[in-house]
Amino acid sequence: MSQATESDVREDGVIESVSGPVVTAKDLGARMNDVVYVGHEGLMGEVIEIEGNLTTIQVYEETSGVSPGEPVESTGAPLSVDLGPGMLDSIYDGVQRPLDVLEEKMGSAFLDRGVDSPGIDLEKTWEFEPEVSEGDEVESGDIVGIVPETASIDHKVMVPPDYEGGEVVSVESGNFTVEETVVELDNGEEIQMRQEWPVREARPTVDKQTPTEPLTSGQRILDGLFPLAKGGTAAIPGPFGSGKTVAQQSLAKFADADIVVYIGCGERGNEMTEVIDDFPELPDPQTGNDLMARTCLIANTSNMPVAARESCVYTGITIAEFYRDMGYDVALMADSTSRWAEAMREISSRLEEMPGEEGYPAYLAARLSEFYERAGYFENINGTEGSVSVIGAVSPPGGDFSEPVTQNTLRIVKTFWALDADLAERRHFPAINWDESYSLYRDQLDPWFTDNVADDWPEQRQWAIDVLDEEGELQEIVQLVGKDALPEDQQLTLEVARFLKEAWLQQNALHDVDRYCPPEKTYEILGAIKTFNDEAFDALDAGVPVDEITDIDSLPRLNRIGTTPDDEAEEFVAELEDDITEELRSLY
Amino acid sequence: MKEYQTITEISGPLVFVETDEPVGYDEIVEIETTDGEIRRGQVLDSASDHVAIQTFEGTGGIDRDSSVRFLGETMKMPVTEDLLGRVLDGSGNPIDGGPDIVPDERRDIVGEAINPYSREYPEEFIQTGVSAIDGMNTLVRGQKLPIFSGSGLPHNDLALQIARQATVPEEEDGGDDDGSEFAVIFGAMGITAEEANEFMDDFERTGALERSVVFMNLADDPAVERTVTPRLALTTAEYLAFDKGYHVLVILTDMTNYCEALREIGAAREEVPGRRGYPGYMYTDLAQLYERAGRIKGEEGSVTQIPILTMPSDDITHPIPDLTGYITEGQILIDRDLNSQGVEPPVNVLPSLSRLMDDGIGEGLTRGDHGGVSDQIYAAYAEGEDLRDLVNIVGREALSERDNKYLDFADRFEEEFVQQGYDTNRDIEETLSIGWDLLSMLPREELNRVDEENIEEYYTDDEAETVEA
Ligand SMILES: Nc1ncnc2c1ncn2[C@@H]1O[C@H](COP(=O)(O)OP(=O)(O)O)[C@@H](O)[C@H]1O
Ligand SMILES: [Mg+2]
Repeated sequence: MSQATESDVREDGVIESVSGPVVTAKDLGARMNDVVYVGHEGLMGEVIEIEGNLTTIQVYEETSGVSPGEPVESTGAPLSVDLGPGMLDSIYDGVQRPLDVLEEKMGSAFLDRGVDSPGIDLEKTWEFEPEVSEGDEVESGDIVGIVPETASIDHKVMVPPDYEGGEVVSVESGNFTVEETVVELDNGEEIQMRQEWPVREARPTVDKQTPTEPLTSGQRILDGLFPLAKGGTAAIPGPFGSGKTVAQQSLAKFADADIVVYIGCGERGNEMTEVIDDFPELPDPQTGNDLMARTCLIANTSNMPVAARESCVYTGITIAEFYRDMGYDVALMADSTSRWAEAMREISSRLEEMPGEEGYPAYLAARLSEFYERAGYFENINGTEGSVSVIGAVSPPGGDFSEPVTQNTLRIVKTFWALDADLAERRHFPAINWDESYSLYRDQLDPWFTDNVADDWPEQRQWAIDVLDEEGELQEIVQLVGKDALPEDQQLTLEVARFLKEAWLQQNALHDVDRYCPPEKTYEILGAIKTFNDEAFDALDAGVPVDEITDIDSLPRLNRIGTTPDDEAEEFVAELEDDITEELRSLY
Repeated sequence: MKEYQTITEISGPLVFVETDEPVGYDEIVEIETTDGEIRRGQVLDSASDHVAIQTFEGTGGIDRDSSVRFLGETMKMPVTEDLLGRVLDGSGNPIDGGPDIVPDERRDIVGEAINPYSREYPEEFIQTGVSAIDGMNTLVRGQKLPIFSGSGLPHNDLALQIARQATVPEEEDGGDDDGSEFAVIFGAMGITAEEANEFMDDFERTGALERSVVFMNLADDPAVERTVTPRLALTTAEYLAFDKGYHVLVILTDMTNYCEALREIGAAREEVPGRRGYPGYMYTDLAQLYERAGRIKGEEGSVTQIPILTMPSDDITHPIPDLTGYITEGQILIDRDLNSQGVEPPVNVLPSLSRLMDDGIGEGLTRGDHGGVSDQIYAAYAEGEDLRDLVNIVGREALSERDNKYLDFADRFEEEFVQQGYDTNRDIEETLSIGWDLLSMLPREELNRVDEENIEEYYTDDEAETVEA
């Protein structure tokens, strides 16, 4: 996190009471949301309530052993993040302390308390290449230079939004630390590579626009049926084991974003370790560079302090907005937003606030919508365009979507990927229920798909939806009378639907090839199933029995397209379609 | 040390005391009753002039004249390798008549969180010898994999079987040449004396006690103590694993009793309850136990956890199994119907899951076909299960030949693959070969989740025909 620099002298206070992560202090001169240091060990906390002379603080670290009478010191600044080169390829806790630095400073694999560290390395030098010259006029937000941050990303150094701007009077070029001034303005404002921003405040923009480009995900069911827009919002609710984390990780790996901010909020430690291990080994499908070159990780796992869990989503989205300001498309995944909501609930109940539904604070809905509102496709204050897409996992208790977090989230987000325990149990992955899920972006993204993938993308998709709908109805009858009692054409529809489910909707995230499917291949697989459908119904009309139609040798190959390498897929499909056609036509 | 006789209120397991010096949050407290009995407790809330104390052994016998001493430190567990072979009560005092424990060190029982950056991803296959686990829901070193059961079901038999049979295959041939040894930590919370005996007898019979540390909080021991027992157990486990290099298997039973104790304390504090009366912080609390499983970069040892819980009314959506499943790396489901059919162990693989399986299996770890075989069996068994409902309505004759094969598959899967008895130890080769026997009942073209080469190698054609005949 940011080391507070403001130096207004403020009065120190004294601890009055301690109850888990909530501490009250007397006589503390602090404002709402100011960061304070609590007790002899200097544990980091944030002011969340002021009542008369009593200040309530949520503490981001364990409070065992802390006692009344110990001092509390205010920094006089709100919880802020350090923004600058070096955030990519990093892993932070919920208040932007780099976990690798903490390991080193603490000399242990276990997280000790009272250790602080800046979010970006203050010693490291970066090569600054100016984009402005002396005499140029710059305004707040303008890009003044470029720093090669990683193999994938050029970091844009910007005039902080709260600067006035003016005429450039001096410009440096070469290697500097993030705290050294690289550009100076005539009004005395000095620009460094590092800026600070309070996490609970959205960074300013000019205008929010309607998204028209998809955030392609490489996941067939998402791109094919329920696409997300760049700048869009999506929720993935589902019971445990239904595939929320695998879906979030697949998106983090394969979505065509420039930058990925991945927040592990109150979830498993090993899942973050998995990301740390896997990402450097995997190529970014867009650039071919290793995935960490575009990724910033935030890990506040379930056993880490609950107050820092509350703040980690804000830390994440502020970092996302900063890269958006540079003109990048950023995708943010939060796994899981329910843990964030529960952290709010935990703190709220310690404050003895009046509980709302299921014990959540009455402001739950407001906090959720404030957060998702920070997503969008924006015109930035420097004239560039950038986006923040937000994908939140939701973990409803007992898998019941009627609970407050799921319901309040669904009122805000425009894409709903409903995970289904039943599908997961039969290992139909991704276990996204195609009846319940929806994307409100579908129509506005169609022009992109028809221009960039195939003219008849919307028609093919509609065909698939119709078959799946019909299958749903037929299955109800099958449950009563068995499949063989159905007329032949309906039996054939069931077979076609089976291939749609097995060869198209299912996708194995653990298979080296299948885990990523470019939109073109998604289209081809669907096309192959459609070819089988059309030829099969012709054969049926010509009197060929269903059993013979489904018994042709080439058919099982439909299920192997997904695992066929992308560069061989087109040929594989062409050959398969020929074989299916030939075999079926030979039956009559 | 300051002594107070200023108790103002006693309510359930809680005692409120006025103080004139600051007391640390979470600090340990001794309360001496007028009869001279000592009770221990912990500070739940600390304000400048009063504190709330949660007593471990209940408040019976405490009155306003009892005296209260604050020990100035949080709860510690004395740790040493000599704990191996010992039986302790739920607060960590020896109850086996053995010598006093001379600790190496006293460790805070509220462990610090492992830095996610310092973890090593668990991927070493543990062979339990149980096909439903090894074949379908593989356990790896450093995993937390609970058993979800119901009252009266044989979860203990399964846990004991795992504790007896668990090995890591290469080490079996090579001996323990990496110097790491295996240890079992058993933490009992509120189980009956009978259940406790079942465990102790088995430990003694197999000689496992020597490499075990047992913590016993029985059904008639104080309920609040149950919130401490697993923390003592896990502190010991971490010490043995990360200081002494042991591979530690921690069995915690019954987590349901632990959660009931949490609920009791919450109610006594008049907290706003969460779902079904359990505290809103139960997820965080459970995570602070379960996340203490794992491996650490550069350390030899590991902590593997098998918590056992009984689902109230067999309901997996009940907050206890639900919050557990959200934290642990999968779950093994014990099923009442399979149990009444006599299947041993009665594991229902469909709702079971091992999230760490994928990285622990495959070529060089178990066998190249393992993932495919498991996926295919899952799909086929799920299909067979669905058809069973239909058969009840329309009868077998109304089903196609294909459907009948799936029905037979589901039956044989339960009878031959899952069923094995608590004393049979199957190695992974044997488990997979039973798997292929079953898969060979299905038409070859139906095997779309297994690689072609594996089908070539392991599928036997005559099985399919025998069934048809
Ligand atoms: N697309 C997928 N392909 C293959 N396996 C999957 C897929 N999605 C989920 N799984 C399986 O389901 C398990 C649980 O998924 P996970 O994302 O961890 O669930 P959740 O986060 O909802 O609890 C994973 O360990 C994996 O075995
Ligand atoms: Mg998850």
